[in-house]
Amino acid sequence: MSVYLLRRLFQSLLVMLAMSVIVFVGVYAIGDPVEILISPDADQIERERAIKALGLDLPLWMQYLSFLGNALRGDLGRSFVFNEPALQLILQRMPATLELAFGAMFIALLIGLPLGLYAGLKPNSMGAKVVMTGSILGFSLPTFWVGLMLIMVFAVQLGWLPSTGRGTTVDVFGLRWSFLTWDGLRHLAMPALNLALFKISLVIRLTRAGVRETMLMDYVKFARAKGLSPARVTYVHVFKNILIPVVTVVGLELGSTIAFSVVTESVFAWPGMGKLIIDSINVLDRPVIVAYLMIIVLMFITINLLVDLAYSALDPRVRLENK
Amino acid sequence: MSATTAPVPTPVVVQPPKVETPFRRMASEFCESKTAVVGLVIFAIIVLIAVFAPLITPQNPYDLAQLDIMDGRMEPGTVGGAGFTYWLGTDDQGRDMLSGIMYGLRISLLVGAGSAIIACAFGASLGLLAAYAGKRTDTVIMRLVDLQLSFPSILAALMILAFLGKGVFNVVLALVIVEWAYYARTVRGTALVERRREYIEAAQCLALPTHRVIFRHLLPNCLPPLIVVGTMQIARAIALEATLSFLGLGVPITEPSLGLLISNGYEYMLSGKYWISFYPGIALLVTIVSINLVGDQLRDVLNPRLKK
Amino acid sequence: MLQISTMRAAAMAAVSALALATAVPAAAQSLTMAVGAQVTSLDPHYHALSPNYAVATMIFDALTQFDSEARLEPGLAESWKPVGETVWEFKLRAGVKFHNGNPFTAEDVAFTIARVPAVLNSPSSYAIYTRAIERVEVVDPLTVRFHTRAPYPLLPTDLAQVAILDRETHEGATTDDFNSGKVAIGTGPFRYASFRSGDRLELTRNDAYWGDKPHWQQVHYRILPNDATRTAALLAGDVDFIDQVPTSDLTNLRRSDRVRIAEKDGLRIIFLALDHQHPQGSPLITGNDGKPLARNPLHDLRVRRALSIAIDRPAIATRVMEGTAQPSGQFLPPSAFGAIPDLGAPRTDAEAAKKLLAEAGYPEGFRITLNGPNDRYMNDARIIQAVGQMWTRIGVRTNVDAQPWTTFIGRAGKQELSAFLVGWGISSGEASNPLRSLIASYDRDKGFGTSNRGRYSNPAIDAKLELALRELDDAKREALLREATKTAMDDIAIIPIHIQKNVWAMRPTLVHDSRADELTRAQDVRPAPAR
Repeated sequence: MSVYLLRRLFQSLLVMLAMSVIVFVGVYAIGDPVEILISPDADQIERERAIKALGLDLPLWMQYLSFLGNALRGDLGRSFVFNEPALQLILQRMPATLELAFGAMFIALLIGLPLGLYAGLKPNSMGAKVVMTGSILGFSLPTFWVGLMLIMVFAVQLGWLPSTGRGTTVDVFGLRWSFLTWDGLRHLAMPALNLALFKISLVIRLTRAGVRETMLMDYVKFARAKGLSPARVTYVHVFKNILIPVVTVVGLELGSTIAFSVVTESVFAWPGMGKLIIDSINVLDRPVIVAYLMIIVLMFITINLLVDLAYSALDPRVRLENK
Repeated sequence: MSATTAPVPTPVVVQPPKVETPFRRMASEFCESKTAVVGLVIFAIIVLIAVFAPLITPQNPYDLAQLDIMDGRMEPGTVGGAGFTYWLGTDDQGRDMLSGIMYGLRISLLVGAGSAIIACAFGASLGLLAAYAGKRTDTVIMRLVDLQLSFPSILAALMILAFLGKGVFNVVLALVIVEWAYYARTVRGTALVERRREYIEAAQCLALPTHRVIFRHLLPNCLPPLIVVGTMQIARAIALEATLSFLGLGVPITEPSLGLLISNGYEYMLSGKYWISFYPGIALLVTIVSINLVGDQLRDVLNPRLKK
Repeated sequence: MLQISTMRAAAMAAVSALALATAVPAAAQSLTMAVGAQVTSLDPHYHALSPNYAVATMIFDALTQFDSEARLEPGLAESWKPVGETVWEFKLRAGVKFHNGNPFTAEDVAFTIARVPAVLNSPSSYAIYTRAIERVEVVDPLTVRFHTRAPYPLLPTDLAQVAILDRETHEGATTDDFNSGKVAIGTGPFRYASFRSGDRLELTRNDAYWGDKPHWQQVHYRILPNDATRTAALLAGDVDFIDQVPTSDLTNLRRSDRVRIAEKDGLRIIFLALDHQHPQGSPLITGNDGKPLARNPLHDLRVRRALSIAIDRPAIATRVMEGTAQPSGQFLPPSAFGAIPDLGAPRTDAEAAKKLLAEAGYPEGFRITLNGPNDRYMNDARIIQAVGQMWTRIGVRTNVDAQPWTTFIGRAGKQELSAFLVGWGISSGEASNPLRSLIASYDRDKGFGTSNRGRYSNPAIDAKLELALRELDDAKREALLREATKTAMDDIAIIPIHIQKNVWAMRPTLVHDSRADELTRAQDVRPAPAR
């Protein structure tokens, strides 16, 4: 088991290395950060100075090597725009995004699992059809559009919720969290729901598909034949079995929720990592882009590892050591 | 939605006794659900509209010479400078929304279905291979998946834009690059469980060739989750394309897809010019609902484990 | 029925009056503003960028400053005059104190001028505004002399960009120290309270301010880059004031009695730059058969004129810009320093344009790609589509390609485009600035033509501009600048489209002293006078 973990760790490092190379070359190809950051009034001499100050006068491979050297010492570079360590910029904004992502996952499971279970157990009922058709809405409407509609209805028309931003925060472990205050929760509600819409549909559909399939399995039939109560069959036998695909996808989605909360964060002006990355991409702030993506890769690798571990716990037929 | 379509009298199909082929069996099973048939019919109509759009639209919305900003943002039902009625209004450039939607359907379907099919074929094959071959192959593929899943679609799209410029096929390419990993991950998850089942062991004992075991035995049993993900990904691809357009990275502005029409109109939502965003939204919704109605039923038909 | 509804209306009016009455005293002292542009740093010498400058003018002061019409007025200096060919003397304001109580003196000016070029890692330095200065001479605590390398008439204008710091407080201060608030200390009307980069800045009033004291005890300055979100936040009552109001929302907001709109003619010219560089065929121009042309049609003045008069500028201003633009035929509004008083926008004439094309040897026109950004200027992508329609109608079949600024600007800077839309904000408010950056021949040593991405070149203009930049006599300088502008416009070096208006929106209980230079600042907002 520990050999397995070590090997995964080593692989993770390789993936992060590959990511940093891709991003370096990719950002270089997109454009010149100095062209974007520099004041229009600057003359050619000032441009040359800025290029040198940001270390962009060196050939790309030398820039990369010096980045790598610093990274080994834990320094991922300073933001071109903010002149602050890139890592620090990202970590400051991480709690906001984590809050949003977990809020969204929570809403998705809270709404998705029961509805999916219902639709799977009574597939031909009217209610199930409504649920299934409704779930299509969840992933066919573009996020930015739904976000604006939410603001229009709940903030502008009804005035129930604040339109944008993050509410009052509380310092815990030196980081700011807003979900511990009432004001913070009010600010969190709309963006989390907006981000959750797609997930809700996903969970509904996966749960339903899993239930329908599992109900026909021999062991379920057997359990029924044994005279177990329908509730016990549903919640012990069926539920345990459908959790595998749901766990995989939810785990994966947590990663992508964190990584791609970009649109929701910019519509709701939520000061998280997603907003930081889109701002950074827009001005080609390479140190921040690279650091951000390396953190995200690390997170994905960890989540995937956890999903694999959860697999082997939930289904003894999958054995990790066999790989 | 299905409730309103239920009372439609379906023509009685007299089925002469014929030899049962797998396709015919599937077709008849498919037709057991009326909603799915309705979905298929709607989808067929949408495809026909998309294919024959140039023949039926009053205006070519991609030809700048036919547009006039003086006709911009006209309400539905207004007669424009060119002498025909804008039944669904016009957008800010004076583009007839009805024509724009019909042309937009072409682009959206091409982008959505095209990217989903390519990404699915590519991703599912890699996922199956990873699960079946295991060891090194699995490791390499799965780490690639890790890499890909964490790569923001926006950055990918921006890079492709920088390398290749704007165009519909470049958007498809960006979406494929972003999406194949979902299929690979899903298929591998299921295949890992399936390959330990008895029927695969039996097939291996018969010394069947690997590709046969993978594609004839393993694949069909991995299909149900794949179809769930697949039909959703078509929708997701269309929505993602809209989002890329929203961020200025989608298809060219003079050849708008449904997503780009919605995102253009989005800016006018606060000023009550609902039609610029609303009608393309409805078109998008109907398209995606019909695809999913078909997909849902297909999944049940193709699932070997739902056989009575 | 009628009675009930009037009664209900009366009751509602009473309730809302009550709500207003209770709300006003609490809200009167605090102002929540939402701005569209990112503030990247509180160090006023770190990143020369207009949103940073706007924030700097709330916390800090410069020796000179611009009024709302972009005319120079005294700041920390009470007066200034040239005392020799290459020496400017500034008399400083007495009794001014920094937020921490330190007095402001000539030593602080000398310290500031020395710090500006020394800020580490700056992506765009304010040193461009201090470069002309060779030496600072402190005559007495309230008099300072700047010795320049050559005669430099623009020094007072340039110094409006340079925030004055305190020698005692800011010796050795880093950019991080400013962002953390440790040394965010100036002489300006507001004091630092807190800053979260990318999110918000909180300010409190400086009660010891030397000038007009601002009304607001507390200011919340929020950054909301998404246009629709910003408008929605105002409509929802979460913010009191927004800038960069999208034109798509204007029709409705103008009609609404919950919102007041403030508009002001700006100093940002939106224009099309043309490829003057490639004589043998421009990269994105082909014949109607799709094959490259042997020569670049844009080298022919008749073609350039045809492309210019084909554009229906009033239609763009009213239909695309919803009235927030002034069609233009030159860089600046006719009343500005160095602008040509009687030069309006060219008259639209599609027939004449076709004739000119035929004379130039393109009776059937040609094909061109018109590029532009889609996230930079107000309605940028819409404008190039509209121009595309107009060009296509005179036979120049136009392919419109709008891209994000990040990818677009790199290509424009590498001379890969044939015709493209860009904008230029004229921070100094006079004509030497656009002439020098956009029109003068690209020349590294003179610092000319930095943003001349079409590589237009005309020695006659260069010569006049060089004279003007050394001429201390205002009248003579203006005459030279006018001649240079006239030559550039007659030769259609660029195709001007319009000058933007700046638009702000606020609660009807507020009024705004709107600025031509686009800056959004808390001291320009006041409660509306009681009627």
